[in-house]
Amino acid sequence: MRQSLLALLAKEPAHGYELKQALEAIFGSAYPSPNIGQIYVTLGRLEKDGYVRSVGVEQSNRPNKKVYYITAAGREALLTWVEEPTEGPRVRDEFFMKLVLAPMTGLSDRMALINRQRRHYLGLIRDLDELAERTDPGNRVALLLIEGAMLHLQADLDWLERCQEELP
Amino acid sequence: MTTAPVVRAVNLVKIYQSGRGLPVPAVRGVDLAVEPGEFVAIMGPSGSGKSTLVHLLGGLDTRTSGEIWLDGKRADTLSESGWAVLRRQKIGFVFQFFNLVSNMTVADNVELPALLGGASPRHARERREYLLGELGLTDRAAAAPAQLSGGEQQRVALARALANQPRLLLADEPTGNLDSRNTRDVLKLLSRVHRQGQTIVLVTHDARVAGLADRVVCLLDGEIVDDGAVTTRRRRPGGTAGDVVELRG
Repeated sequence: MRQSLLALLAKEPAHGYELKQALEAIFGSAYPSPNIGQIYVTLGRLEKDGYVRSVGVEQSNRPNKKVYYITAAGREALLTWVEEPTEGPRVRDEFFMKLVLAPMTGLSDRMALINRQRRHYLGLIRDLDELAERTDPGNRVALLLIEGAMLHLQADLDWLERCQEELP
Repeated sequence: MTTAPVVRAVNLVKIYQSGRGLPVPAVRGVDLAVEPGEFVAIMGPSGSGKSTLVHLLGGLDTRTSGEIWLDGKRADTLSESGWAVLRRQKIGFVFQFFNLVSNMTVADNVELPALLGGASPRHARERREYLLGELGLTDRAAAAPAQLSGGEQQRVALARALANQPRLLLADEPTGNLDSRNTRDVLKLLSRVHRQGQTIVLVTHDARVAGLADRVVCLLDGEIVDDGAVTTRRRRPGGTAGDVVELRG
Protein backbone atom coordinates (compact mmCIF):
# COMPACT_ATOMS: atom_id res chain seq x y z
CA MET A 1 0.00 0.00 0.00
CA ARG A 2 2.81 2.43 0.91
CA GLN A 3 4.49 2.10 -2.47
CA SER A 4 1.32 2.27 -4.51
CA LEU A 5 0.32 5.50 -2.78
CA LEU A 6 3.80 6.93 -3.30
CA ALA A 7 3.68 5.98 -6.97
CA LEU A 8 0.31 7.67 -7.44
CA LEU A 9 1.54 10.79 -5.66
CA ALA A 10 4.68 10.83 -7.82
CA LYS A 11 2.29 11.27 -10.74
CA GLU A 12 0.37 14.13 -9.18
CA PRO A 13 -0.66 15.48 -5.76
CA ALA A 14 -3.99 14.12 -4.54
CA HIS A 15 -6.19 13.80 -1.49
CA GLY A 16 -6.99 10.50 0.19
CA TYR A 17 -10.27 9.79 -1.55
CA GLU A 18 -8.78 10.46 -4.98
CA LEU A 19 -6.08 7.89 -4.25
CA LYS A 20 -8.71 5.30 -3.36
CA GLN A 21 -10.56 6.00 -6.58
CA ALA A 22 -7.40 5.82 -8.65
CA LEU A 23 -6.47 2.38 -7.23
CA GLU A 24 -9.95 1.08 -7.95
CA ALA A 25 -9.93 2.43 -11.48
CA ILE A 26 -6.55 0.89 -12.30
CA PHE A 27 -6.91 -2.56 -10.75
CA GLY A 28 -10.64 -3.04 -11.01
CA SER A 29 -12.27 -6.04 -9.40
CA ALA A 30 -9.01 -7.97 -9.24
CA TYR A 31 -7.65 -5.95 -6.39
CA PRO A 32 -9.16 -5.72 -2.92
CA SER A 33 -10.77 -2.33 -2.74
CA PRO A 34 -8.67 -0.26 -0.33
CA ASN A 35 -10.36 0.98 2.78
CA ILE A 36 -10.27 4.76 3.09
CA GLY A 37 -9.24 4.56 6.77
CA GLN A 38 -6.23 2.44 5.80
CA ILE A 39 -5.28 4.98 3.17
CA TYR A 40 -5.29 7.83 5.68
CA VAL A 41 -3.31 5.79 8.21
CA THR A 42 -0.71 4.97 5.54
CA LEU A 43 -0.54 8.60 4.39
CA GLY A 44 0.00 9.62 8.02
CA ARG A 45 2.92 7.23 8.34
CA LEU A 46 4.42 8.34 5.04
CA GLU A 47 4.18 11.91 6.24
CA LYS A 48 5.88 11.04 9.53
CA ASP A 49 8.71 9.35 7.59
CA GLY A 50 9.13 12.50 5.50
CA TYR A 51 8.10 10.85 2.22
CA VAL A 52 5.02 13.01 1.68
CA ARG A 53 3.81 16.42 2.86
CA SER A 54 0.28 17.75 2.97
CA VAL A 55 -1.32 21.15 2.56
CA GLY A 56 -4.79 22.08 3.68
CA VAL A 57 -7.03 23.35 0.92
CA GLU A 58 -9.94 25.47 1.97
CA GLN A 59 -13.36 24.37 0.84
CA SER A 60 -16.53 26.37 1.17
CA ASN A 61 -19.10 24.88 3.58
CA ARG A 62 -16.81 21.93 4.30
CA PRO A 63 -13.79 21.20 6.45
CA ASN A 64 -10.44 21.79 4.80
CA LYS A 65 -9.23 18.94 2.70
CA LYS A 66 -5.66 17.75 2.83
CA VAL A 67 -3.82 17.42 -0.45
CA TYR A 68 -0.72 15.23 -0.34
CA TYR A 69 2.39 15.59 -2.46
CA ILE A 70 5.59 13.55 -2.62
CA THR A 71 8.94 14.81 -1.24
CA ALA A 72 12.45 14.25 -2.61
CA ALA A 73 12.98 11.57 0.04
CA GLY A 74 9.70 9.99 -1.08
CA ARG A 75 10.87 9.88 -4.68
CA GLU A 76 14.11 8.31 -3.54
CA ALA A 77 12.25 5.61 -1.60
CA LEU A 78 9.96 4.96 -4.58
CA LEU A 79 12.93 4.62 -6.91
CA THR A 80 14.58 2.11 -4.57
CA TRP A 81 11.36 0.07 -4.55
CA VAL A 82 11.03 0.18 -8.35
CA GLU A 83 14.62 -0.84 -8.96
CA GLU A 84 15.03 -3.65 -6.45
CA PRO A 85 14.14 -7.17 -7.60
CA THR A 86 10.78 -8.37 -6.29
CA GLU A 87 10.43 -11.53 -4.22
CA GLY A 88 8.93 -14.39 -6.21
CA PRO A 89 5.77 -16.03 -4.92
CA ARG A 90 6.61 -18.07 -1.88
CA VAL A 91 6.55 -21.81 -1.93
CA ARG A 92 3.46 -23.04 -0.17
CA ASP A 93 5.46 -24.09 2.76
CA GLU A 94 2.51 -24.32 5.11
CA PHE A 95 0.83 -26.99 3.03
CA PHE A 96 4.15 -28.74 2.57
CA MET A 97 4.65 -28.76 6.35
CA LYS A 98 1.27 -30.42 6.74
CA LEU A 99 2.07 -32.86 4.00
CA VAL A 100 5.33 -33.95 5.55
CA LEU A 101 4.37 -33.83 9.21
CA ALA A 102 0.68 -34.81 9.42
CA PRO A 103 1.14 -38.41 8.31
CA MET A 104 3.72 -38.86 11.08
CA THR A 105 1.10 -37.99 13.65
CA GLY A 106 -1.43 -40.46 12.26
CA LEU A 107 -3.96 -37.59 11.89
CA SER A 108 -4.17 -37.83 8.14
CA ASP A 109 -2.55 -39.57 5.24
CA ARG A 110 -0.79 -37.82 2.38
CA MET A 111 -3.20 -38.96 -0.28
CA ALA A 112 -6.15 -37.43 1.59
CA LEU A 113 -4.26 -34.18 2.16
CA ILE A 114 -3.24 -33.88 -1.48
CA ASN A 115 -6.71 -34.72 -2.75
CA ARG A 116 -8.32 -32.14 -0.49
CA GLN A 117 -5.79 -29.51 -1.50
CA ARG A 118 -6.31 -30.23 -5.19
CA ARG A 119 -10.05 -29.74 -4.91
CA HIS A 120 -9.42 -26.53 -3.03
CA TYR A 121 -7.17 -25.19 -5.81
CA LEU A 122 -9.71 -26.16 -8.45
CA GLY A 123 -12.38 -24.33 -6.50
CA LEU A 124 -10.16 -21.25 -6.46
CA ILE A 125 -9.63 -21.53 -10.20
CA ARG A 126 -13.36 -21.69 -10.63
CA ASP A 127 -13.82 -18.54 -8.55
CA LEU A 128 -11.19 -16.76 -10.61
CA ASP A 129 -12.92 -17.85 -13.78
CA GLU A 130 -16.17 -16.35 -12.58
CA LEU A 131 -14.33 -13.20 -11.58
CA ALA A 132 -12.80 -12.94 -15.05
CA GLU A 133 -16.29 -13.29 -16.56
CA ARG A 134 -17.52 -10.38 -14.48
CA THR A 135 -14.51 -8.19 -15.23
CA ASP A 136 -14.73 -5.50 -17.88
CA PRO A 137 -12.94 -6.99 -20.94
CA GLY A 138 -11.26 -3.62 -21.45
CA ASN A 139 -9.51 -3.79 -18.10
CA ARG A 140 -6.27 -5.48 -19.16
CA VAL A 141 -4.62 -4.87 -15.80
CA ALA A 142 -7.31 -6.69 -13.83
CA LEU A 143 -7.49 -9.56 -16.35
CA LEU A 144 -3.73 -10.05 -16.34
CA LEU A 145 -3.73 -10.13 -12.56
CA ILE A 146 -6.38 -12.86 -12.67
CA GLU A 147 -4.47 -14.78 -15.31
CA GLY A 148 -1.32 -14.55 -13.19
CA ALA A 149 -3.15 -15.97 -10.19
CA MET A 150 -4.43 -18.84 -12.37
CA LEU A 151 -0.96 -19.64 -13.65
CA HIS A 152 0.32 -19.77 -10.08
CA LEU A 153 -2.47 -22.18 -9.21
CA GLN A 154 -1.53 -24.27 -12.24
CA ALA A 155 2.00 -24.52 -10.89
CA ASP A 156 0.64 -25.46 -7.46
CA LEU A 157 -1.44 -28.24 -9.03
CA ASP A 158 1.51 -29.56 -11.01
CA TRP A 159 3.55 -29.57 -7.85
CA LEU A 160 0.84 -31.48 -5.96
CA GLU A 161 1.01 -34.07 -8.68
CA ARG A 162 4.75 -34.38 -8.17
CA CYS A 163 4.24 -34.77 -4.43
CA GLN A 164 1.68 -37.47 -5.08
CA GLU A 165 4.12 -39.33 -7.30
CA GLU A 166 7.19 -38.96 -5.12
CA LEU A 167 6.07 -39.17 -1.52
CA PRO A 168 5.29 -42.63 -0.20
CA MET B 1 -37.65 -44.23 -13.84
CA THR B 2 -33.99 -43.49 -13.40
CA THR B 3 -31.87 -42.78 -16.44
CA ALA B 4 -28.81 -44.94 -16.99
CA PRO B 5 -25.38 -43.32 -16.72
CA VAL B 6 -24.11 -42.06 -20.07
CA VAL B 7 -21.02 -44.13 -19.57
CA ARG B 8 -20.11 -46.66 -16.93
CA ALA B 9 -16.96 -48.67 -16.36
CA VAL B 10 -16.94 -51.66 -14.05
CA ASN B 11 -13.64 -52.99 -12.77
CA LEU B 12 -11.99 -51.91 -16.00
CA VAL B 13 -8.49 -53.24 -16.64
CA LYS B 14 -6.04 -52.63 -19.46
CA ILE B 15 -2.71 -54.42 -19.59
CA TYR B 16 -0.29 -53.73 -22.42
CA GLN B 17 2.55 -56.01 -23.44
CA SER B 18 5.91 -54.30 -23.29
CA GLY B 19 8.48 -54.77 -26.04
CA ARG B 20 9.97 -57.65 -24.10
CA GLY B 21 6.62 -59.27 -23.60
CA LEU B 22 6.23 -58.14 -20.01
CA PRO B 23 2.74 -57.11 -18.91
CA VAL B 24 2.38 -53.38 -18.22
CA PRO B 25 -0.82 -52.53 -16.40
CA ALA B 26 -2.12 -49.11 -17.52
CA VAL B 27 -5.60 -49.17 -15.99
CA ARG B 28 -6.11 -51.30 -12.91
CA GLY B 29 -9.68 -51.88 -11.88
CA VAL B 30 -11.46 -48.59 -12.55
CA ASP B 31 -15.10 -48.14 -11.54
CA LEU B 32 -16.69 -45.00 -12.88
CA ALA B 33 -20.21 -43.86 -13.72
CA VAL B 34 -20.91 -40.57 -15.47
CA GLU B 35 -24.46 -39.26 -15.27
CA PRO B 36 -26.20 -37.29 -18.05
CA GLY B 37 -25.07 -33.67 -18.11
CA GLU B 38 -22.00 -34.21 -15.94
CA PHE B 39 -18.64 -32.67 -16.79
CA VAL B 40 -15.86 -34.87 -15.44
CA ALA B 41 -12.20 -33.88 -15.57
CA ILE B 42 -9.68 -36.70 -15.36
CA MET B 43 -6.36 -35.63 -13.92
CA GLY B 44 -3.18 -37.35 -12.78
CA PRO B 45 0.53 -37.54 -13.58
CA SER B 46 1.82 -38.64 -16.99
CA GLY B 47 1.60 -42.38 -17.29
CA SER B 48 -1.18 -42.68 -14.72
CA GLY B 49 -3.55 -44.17 -17.29
CA LYS B 50 -5.75 -41.14 -18.04
CA SER B 51 -5.54 -41.31 -21.81
CA THR B 52 -5.85 -45.07 -21.83
CA LEU B 53 -9.02 -44.79 -19.77
CA VAL B 54 -10.80 -42.40 -22.15
CA HIS B 55 -9.62 -44.38 -25.15
CA LEU B 56 -11.15 -47.49 -23.58
CA LEU B 57 -14.39 -45.65 -22.79
CA GLY B 58 -14.63 -44.57 -26.42
CA GLY B 59 -13.77 -47.97 -27.80
CA LEU B 60 -10.58 -46.73 -29.46
CA ASP B 61 -8.66 -49.35 -27.55
CA THR B 62 -9.81 -52.74 -26.27
CA ARG B 63 -10.02 -53.54 -22.58
CA THR B 64 -8.24 -56.49 -21.04
CA SER B 65 -11.10 -57.18 -18.63
CA GLY B 66 -14.06 -55.43 -17.04
CA GLU B 67 -17.20 -53.90 -18.48
CA ILE B 68 -18.07 -50.74 -20.37
CA TRP B 69 -21.66 -49.56 -20.64
CA LEU B 70 -22.77 -46.77 -22.94
CA ASP B 71 -26.19 -45.27 -22.39
CA GLY B 72 -27.34 -48.42 -20.61
CA LYS B 73 -26.00 -50.80 -23.28
CA ARG B 74 -23.09 -53.16 -22.76
CA ALA B 75 -20.43 -52.03 -25.24
CA ASP B 76 -17.22 -53.93 -24.52
CA THR B 77 -18.63 -57.23 -25.78
CA LEU B 78 -19.52 -55.77 -29.18
CA SER B 79 -17.61 -56.67 -32.31
CA GLU B 80 -15.19 -54.08 -33.64
CA SER B 81 -17.71 -52.95 -36.24
CA GLY B 82 -20.51 -52.92 -33.69
CA TRP B 83 -18.40 -50.62 -31.52
CA ALA B 84 -17.65 -48.41 -34.49
CA VAL B 85 -21.35 -47.94 -35.21
CA LEU B 86 -22.11 -47.17 -31.58
CA ARG B 87 -19.19 -44.76 -31.43
CA ARG B 88 -20.38 -42.86 -34.49
CA GLN B 89 -23.84 -42.53 -32.98
CA LYS B 90 -23.02 -41.71 -29.41
CA ILE B 91 -19.50 -40.36 -28.98
CA GLY B 92 -17.64 -37.25 -30.07
CA PHE B 93 -13.86 -37.15 -29.70
CA VAL B 94 -11.40 -34.30 -29.38
CA PHE B 95 -7.67 -34.92 -29.18
CA GLN B 96 -4.65 -32.80 -28.44
CA PHE B 97 -3.59 -32.78 -32.08
CA PHE B 98 -6.74 -31.91 -33.92
CA ASN B 99 -6.56 -34.81 -36.41
CA LEU B 100 -8.50 -32.98 -39.09
CA VAL B 101 -8.53 -34.46 -42.56
CA SER B 102 -5.99 -32.25 -44.28
CA ASN B 103 -7.26 -32.48 -47.86
CA MET B 104 -10.84 -31.64 -46.97
CA THR B 105 -12.26 -28.20 -46.23
CA VAL B 106 -13.26 -27.16 -42.75
CA ALA B 107 -16.92 -27.54 -43.73
CA ASP B 108 -16.42 -31.09 -45.01
CA ASN B 109 -14.44 -32.06 -41.92
CA VAL B 110 -17.35 -31.02 -39.74
CA GLU B 111 -20.03 -32.62 -41.94
CA LEU B 112 -18.24 -35.93 -42.32
CA PRO B 113 -19.21 -37.54 -39.00
CA ALA B 114 -22.85 -36.61 -39.45
CA LEU B 115 -22.87 -38.11 -42.94
CA LEU B 116 -21.09 -41.23 -41.68
CA GLY B 117 -23.64 -41.40 -38.88
CA GLY B 118 -26.43 -41.57 -41.46
CA ALA B 119 -27.70 -37.98 -41.41
CA SER B 120 -29.13 -36.54 -44.63
CA PRO B 121 -26.78 -34.17 -46.50
CA ARG B 122 -29.15 -31.32 -45.78
CA HIS B 123 -29.26 -32.05 -42.07
CA ALA B 124 -25.47 -32.44 -41.96
CA ARG B 125 -25.05 -29.10 -43.69
CA GLU B 126 -27.46 -27.33 -41.36
CA ARG B 127 -25.74 -28.75 -38.31
CA ARG B 128 -22.35 -27.73 -39.70
CA GLU B 129 -23.53 -24.19 -40.39
CA TYR B 130 -24.94 -23.93 -36.90
CA LEU B 131 -21.77 -25.22 -35.23
CA LEU B 132 -19.33 -23.14 -37.25
CA GLY B 133 -21.50 -20.13 -36.49
CA GLU B 134 -21.42 -20.88 -32.77
CA LEU B 135 -17.64 -21.21 -32.91
CA GLY B 136 -17.11 -18.03 -34.89
CA LEU B 137 -15.75 -19.96 -37.87
CA THR B 138 -18.39 -19.33 -40.52
CA ASP B 139 -15.99 -17.41 -42.74
CA ARG B 140 -13.41 -20.24 -42.51
CA ALA B 141 -15.74 -22.93 -43.86
CA ALA B 142 -14.06 -23.17 -47.27
CA ALA B 143 -10.50 -23.08 -45.89
CA ALA B 144 -8.19 -26.07 -45.61
CA PRO B 145 -7.21 -27.02 -42.06
CA ALA B 146 -3.57 -26.05 -42.69
CA GLN B 147 -4.64 -22.44 -43.32
CA LEU B 148 -6.03 -22.20 -39.77
CA SER B 149 -4.29 -21.37 -36.52
CA GLY B 150 -3.97 -24.06 -33.88
CA GLY B 151 -6.82 -22.54 -31.91
CA GLU B 152 -9.07 -22.43 -34.95
CA GLN B 153 -8.23 -26.02 -35.82
CA GLN B 154 -9.11 -27.13 -32.32
CA ARG B 155 -12.44 -25.30 -32.57
CA VAL B 156 -13.10 -27.12 -35.84
CA ALA B 157 -12.23 -30.40 -34.14
CA LEU B 158 -14.72 -29.56 -31.42
CA ALA B 159 -17.38 -28.73 -34.02
CA ARG B 160 -16.70 -32.06 -35.70
CA ALA B 161 -16.98 -33.89 -32.38
CA LEU B 162 -20.34 -32.25 -31.74
CA ALA B 163 -21.69 -32.72 -35.28
CA ASN B 164 -23.66 -35.82 -34.33
CA GLN B 165 -25.04 -34.37 -31.12
CA PRO B 166 -23.24 -37.16 -29.27
CA ARG B 167 -24.46 -38.43 -25.92
CA LEU B 168 -20.86 -38.23 -24.72
CA LEU B 169 -18.01 -35.89 -25.57
CA LEU B 170 -14.61 -37.41 -24.82
CA ALA B 171 -11.55 -35.20 -24.93
CA ASP B 172 -7.88 -35.92 -24.38
CA GLU B 173 -5.87 -32.80 -23.48
CA PRO B 174 -7.88 -30.60 -25.84
CA THR B 175 -5.90 -27.50 -24.87
CA GLY B 176 -2.56 -29.27 -24.51
CA ASN B 177 -1.15 -27.73 -27.64
CA LEU B 178 -2.73 -24.28 -27.46
CA ASP B 179 -1.52 -20.95 -26.17
CA SER B 180 -3.36 -19.07 -23.51
CA ARG B 181 -5.67 -17.09 -25.79
CA ASN B 182 -6.74 -20.07 -27.87
CA THR B 183 -7.21 -22.07 -24.72
CA ARG B 184 -9.66 -19.43 -23.58
CA ASP B 185 -11.74 -19.82 -26.78
CA VAL B 186 -11.92 -23.58 -26.37
CA LEU B 187 -12.82 -23.19 -22.69
CA LYS B 188 -15.67 -20.85 -23.52
CA LEU B 189 -17.06 -23.39 -25.91
CA LEU B 190 -16.76 -26.32 -23.58
CA SER B 191 -18.48 -24.37 -20.89
CA ARG B 192 -21.25 -23.33 -23.27
CA VAL B 193 -21.99 -26.85 -24.53
CA HIS B 194 -21.85 -28.11 -20.96
CA ARG B 195 -24.46 -25.54 -19.92
CA GLN B 196 -26.60 -26.81 -22.78
CA GLY B 197 -26.51 -30.25 -21.15
CA GLN B 198 -23.61 -31.94 -22.96
CA THR B 199 -22.02 -34.76 -20.98
CA ILE B 200 -18.24 -34.40 -21.04
CA VAL B 201 -15.35 -36.59 -19.91
CA LEU B 202 -12.06 -34.89 -20.44
CA VAL B 203 -8.42 -35.62 -19.65
CA THR B 204 -6.47 -32.53 -18.76
CA HIS B 205 -3.45 -31.07 -17.03
CA ASP B 206 -4.81 -27.59 -17.47
CA ALA B 207 -6.15 -26.17 -14.24
CA ARG B 208 -8.45 -23.79 -16.09
CA VAL B 209 -10.07 -26.67 -17.96
CA ALA B 210 -10.41 -28.75 -14.82
CA GLY B 211 -11.88 -25.74 -13.02
CA LEU B 212 -14.87 -25.86 -15.39
CA ALA B 213 -15.71 -29.43 -14.46
CA ASP B 214 -18.31 -30.43 -11.89
CA ARG B 215 -16.29 -33.39 -10.80
CA VAL B 216 -12.64 -34.37 -10.77
CA VAL B 217 -11.37 -37.91 -11.00
CA CYS B 218 -7.73 -38.36 -10.18
CA LEU B 219 -5.69 -41.33 -11.35
CA LEU B 220 -2.41 -42.62 -10.01
CA ASP B 221 -0.76 -45.75 -11.36
CA GLY B 222 -3.91 -46.77 -13.18
CA GLU B 223 -6.20 -46.49 -10.18
CA ILE B 224 -8.67 -43.83 -9.08
CA VAL B 225 -7.30 -42.14 -5.97
CA ASP B 226 -9.84 -39.32 -5.79
CA ASP B 227 -13.30 -38.78 -7.20
CA GLY B 228 -15.43 -35.88 -6.09
CA ALA B 229 -17.09 -32.56 -6.74
CA VAL B 230 -15.12 -29.40 -7.38
CA THR B 231 -16.13 -27.17 -4.54
CA THR B 232 -16.87 -23.53 -5.14
CA ARG B 233 -16.17 -21.32 -2.22
CA ARG B 234 -17.77 -18.01 -2.89
CA ARG B 235 -15.90 -15.71 -0.63
CA ARG B 236 -17.96 -12.62 -1.18
CA PRO B 237 -21.10 -13.26 -3.12
CA GLY B 238 -21.58 -10.60 -5.74
CA GLY B 239 -18.54 -8.76 -4.51
CA THR B 240 -15.21 -8.43 -6.15
CA ALA B 241 -14.53 -12.13 -5.53
CA GLY B 242 -11.34 -10.69 -6.68
CA ASP B 243 -9.19 -10.15 -3.89
CA VAL B 244 -6.95 -12.06 -6.24
CA VAL B 245 -4.15 -10.61 -4.26
CA GLU B 246 -5.74 -12.02 -1.16
CA LEU B 247 -5.95 -15.43 -2.80
CA ARG B 248 -2.22 -15.47 -3.11
CA GLY B 249 -1.48 -13.84 0.21
